[in-house]
Amino acid sequence: MREAAEALDVKVWRGNAHGGGYRSYSVPAQESQTVLDVVTWIQQHAEPTLTYRFACRVGMCGSCAMMVNGEPRWTCRTHVRRVLDGKRLEIAPLRNLPVIKDLATDMAEFFDKWTGAEGVFHPTATRKDAIAPISPADPMRQLANEAVECINCAVCYSACDTVTANPSYLGPAALNRAWTLQNDERDGAYAPRLRAVSADGGCFNCHSHQSCLTYCPNDLNPTASIAGLKRLSSTSFLRRGRTR
Amino acid sequence: MIGLRLYLAQRLSAFLMAPLVIGHIATMIYAVQNGLTASEILDRTQGSLWWGAFYGLFVGAVSVHAAIGLRAIAFETLNLPVRWLNPLTWTVGMVLALLGGRAVAAVVF
Ligand code: SF4
Ligand code: SF4
Ligand code: FES
Repeated sequence: MREAAEALDVKVWRGNAHGGGYRSYSVPAQESQTVLDVVTWIQQHAEPTLTYRFACRVGMCGSCAMMVNGEPRWTCRTHVRRVLDGKRLEIAPLRNLPVIKDLATDMAEFFDKWTGAEGVFHPTATRKDAIAPISPADPMRQLANEAVECINCAVCYSACDTVTANPSYLGPAALNRAWTLQNDERDGAYAPRLRAVSADGGCFNCHSHQSCLTYCPNDLNPTASIAGLKRLSSTSFLRRGRTR
Repeated sequence: MIGLRLYLAQRLSAFLMAPLVIGHIATMIYAVQNGLTASEILDRTQGSLWWGAFYGLFVGAVSVHAAIGLRAIAFETLNLPVRWLNPLTWTVGMVLALLGGRAVAAVVF
């Protein structure tokens, strides 16, 4: 155990939709401490009104993402020692999303775009039908596999400069989800989803600069998924003419 | 604000431009012998349908490609309002096609 006397120099953004700024806190350093541990310590010992979001603390729920020293991270799985800059730690709400209060952002637009990209499963069978057998070796299933472990944390959305520059852009997470569904045989909305992802705010706005892939905590590759959607939309257009 | 059509137009024009750019650079190195002046080059190329076609295609591809690229920059970096994007894309494309078209016409006729 490291001595608790060693302290981290932590700055936390506090404020609301109208503005705010950083406040400094001195937090005891501990072994295996996560950024979420630091935020929790501040709320419990120094700033009871500090607002932030978390649930599972094990990297499953996707609710704890924040900017840590300027980069988007899932805070419950980010060890302080891996991101510490000297003794400095600067924690802010996720970029590219409106702030509600302190470290909690309003995720409504993120999830609206999720449905805007038709990132929703459209069943083709009822509960009375047999479950469709899909082999793990099926090529489409394997494409979906590579992209499916998304926890909706919005880290990629926050890392994407195209989202910053173009507020109507659907963003990496929603498009990545749409890609998994285009590779799901059981889904019945292939054509409408292709229209949704190739519209003005869709996949064709992606500049393939891979910030999403760099920061995704689950090592997903939304850039590749989006490239897949570009390919599907283009070939469908060239083969069958208009898609909309 | 790029949809399917603009994306395809930009990719296809890039696809055309790739060999044309190489041809253009090679020609520049080969053709410029006594300094880069219009008359020096026209003396040797004028009346050539082949060069007319080569540069006609090039000018077309450049006009399409640059107009769409500038549209993205105007929107994402300069925050141009959406309603100005189509007029801007068309204007840039037409101006480039006109300027390039003049040069191509000088080669052919
Ligand atoms: S690759 Fe595309 S989605 Fe990913 S960060 Fe860049 S623009 Fe955004
Ligand atoms: S793709 Fe990765 S970074 Fe983006 S929301 Fe899903 S898990 Fe998070
Ligand atoms: S608290 Fe659930 S992913 Fe971090």
